[in-house]
Amino acid sequence: MAELRTETMTVNMGPQHPSTHGVLRLVLELDGEVIQSVMPTIGYLHTGIEKTAEQKKWQQVIPLVERMDYLGAQSNSLAYAMAVEKLLGLEMPARVNDIRVLIAELQRIASHLIWLGTHGMEIGAVSMLFYAVRERELLLNINELIAGFRFFPSYIRIGGLREDLPRGFHETVTAFLDRFPGKIDEFEGLLTKNDIFRRRTEGVGVVTQEEAMQWGLVGPILRAAGSDYDVRRYFPYLGYETYDFKVPTATEGDVYARYRVRVAEMRESVKIARQALSRITPSGVWACDDPRVVPPPKDKVYSEMEALIQHFLIYSQGFTVPAGEAYVPIEGPRGEHGTYIVSDGTNRPWRVKMRAPSLMAIQALPSVVQGGLIADVVAVIGSNDVVMGDCDR
Amino acid sequence: MNAPDIIAALAPLVPGASFEAVPSVDFATIYVPAERLVDTCRALRDADGLRFTTIIEITAADYIPRQPRFEVVYHLLSISKRLRLRLKVRVAEGATLPTVQGVWKGAGWLEREVWDMFGIVFAGHADLRRLLMPEDWEGHPARKDYPVQIRKGAQTYEPLEVSENEFRANIERDRVKRTH
Amino acid sequence: MATQTHDHGLDPELPLLTTTVEKVVQWARRSAIWPAQFGLACCAIEMMAMAASRYDIARFGAEVFRGSPRQSDLMIVAGRLSRKMAPAMRRVYDQMPDPKWVISMGACASVGGVFDNYAIVQGVDQVVPVDVFVPGCPPRPESLIYGIVQLQNKIARSRA
Repeated sequence: MAELRTETMTVNMGPQHPSTHGVLRLVLELDGEVIQSVMPTIGYLHTGIEKTAEQKKWQQVIPLVERMDYLGAQSNSLAYAMAVEKLLGLEMPARVNDIRVLIAELQRIASHLIWLGTHGMEIGAVSMLFYAVRERELLLNINELIAGFRFFPSYIRIGGLREDLPRGFHETVTAFLDRFPGKIDEFEGLLTKNDIFRRRTEGVGVVTQEEAMQWGLVGPILRAAGSDYDVRRYFPYLGYETYDFKVPTATEGDVYARYRVRVAEMRESVKIARQALSRITPSGVWACDDPRVVPPPKDKVYSEMEALIQHFLIYSQGFTVPAGEAYVPIEGPRGEHGTYIVSDGTNRPWRVKMRAPSLMAIQALPSVVQGGLIADVVAVIGSNDVVMGDCDR
Repeated sequence: MNAPDIIAALAPLVPGASFEAVPSVDFATIYVPAERLVDTCRALRDADGLRFTTIIEITAADYIPRQPRFEVVYHLLSISKRLRLRLKVRVAEGATLPTVQGVWKGAGWLEREVWDMFGIVFAGHADLRRLLMPEDWEGHPARKDYPVQIRKGAQTYEPLEVSENEFRANIERDRVKRTH
Repeated sequence: MATQTHDHGLDPELPLLTTTVEKVVQWARRSAIWPAQFGLACCAIEMMAMAASRYDIARFGAEVFRGSPRQSDLMIVAGRLSRKMAPAMRRVYDQMPDPKWVISMGACASVGGVFDNYAIVQGVDQVVPVDVFVPGCPPRPESLIYGIVQLQNKIARSRA
């Protein structure tokens, strides 16, 4: 009688995989289909952004930093710009803050749309990707309207914005905000009460509040576990204390709860965006009035000598930032996001370090999926909203 | 709470440690001596008035040619008390720091990244190896004396994980033996 | 006399087309070119946008993005290639059956892009042979579609 030999099987979900949201390598040890252990390997997208940023002037770092978390691009540059402005001691006019709030909320919607599309697609609802990308195309149109580039507009600069809002901005954004809540209802009608979706996501990948705080997961993951920590409420910035919005929470902490929290966040973002839009005048001030940091408008550059010299100095040698360090956290789409900058008083940063919420999410992955099935790994990675560019920098 | 208040709250819990408050533009910043780091972190996490239960960031900065060369920076967050804190520890080149992995689980990979990028060893870490660079990489890229651009061709093969004799032995072992 | 067409004994209304085997084979290959999923970074999102409903790539024959490289013809390297990923990418390329083509999408894949540093391979043509380079950061979906059309023209004029 042959004796059965049982052993665990080691399977490699390699760097190239349709469901790993980028280049993430997971070595799974399986007993049948039950996961005994997971060993993640990251670093396949390490770009050395932080070291490259030390070679650039302060304003030149903005395009580099934007390409880190490429789904919510302008939240990266917002965090960086706010940290540098804190060191410089600059106060932004109210209109600049309102425009920044609007852009931040539209970025949150754009990032959550890709999350929803890819997460739904991996769970099995393939058409979610097409619906979500269709809505995101309208947001990319708005990006293109303000700065000419779909993805990484570099519109948020140190000292304010790049230039004033174009004509037609209010109509375009209003049209999007009027159309979008109906679309969220469509998406929810597709997924929220769907039996297959619920059975694949309820009870899967549970993260309790204590665990989330131990692992450093703050953001939708913590909010789905019962806490109401939101940087916009706890450490307000950009005037968020004057906006009327709710912070959606859930208590179960599983994949389904995170889904509900993020969809509710999209609705709240629409509310905030509408309030911000009503405060923005079609034309007005777009930067603070510090001549060392903000270049003058182009028509003055071509006609006045002082403006020409100022423009030349800003773009050739840059401005200097007083020595010190700063870290300003913002509520990015993935959680708390911030840039820790150290300045030595020159026109180049000494150290730029970006906090990566996706790194903490992948670090917690082995303990979250332990004892689950392979299909749960896909669901959990999707619900943690992991972006490898953010994780590896 | 600003830095002197936090130091005053910590002093009875971590006796004998010399903390140093520094002025900062955003939130409280304290220098901590390296040998009392773990006790300080545990006190910060468990003390009733502080409750820094969340680790946000561990990073380092290279201040060459100043001695000691590195400064390891810890960003902490207390959700219940709405407080943020920055701890800084001065580390010389070649010195080791104790790991705070036992205090916050999320510190594991953050310390791995500091080792990978700066070469600062964390004593007691469960799994201190490279995180972002390939395993056989030499050098610690974020140090100031490491070049930004290197001229090196791309490596298109992965290093072999078994030797040829081991490979043959594995095949022989797994070959199905006939028993009759 | 007026021009006399020689009809080879066939009925001139007969629908018949003459060509060569090579042209037919190349036409089949370029009209149904299925990419492998190899999105690395931001360009991958633009690649997904290209595959979505607005800039539908299925019109051009790339009906599905295959998950497995063994079932695909085209590898669109979308995004920055880091040194750690280069061996894995070479392995994926080697797993693709002939005939295969490579499009290098974006500035980072073509020449290293904005990131001229220790971590990024300065151009994926150090690792795999590239047929079409598409510049941009990230290139608009229309640029990438133009790149795929150029690749189709290249297949049309090359030998089978």
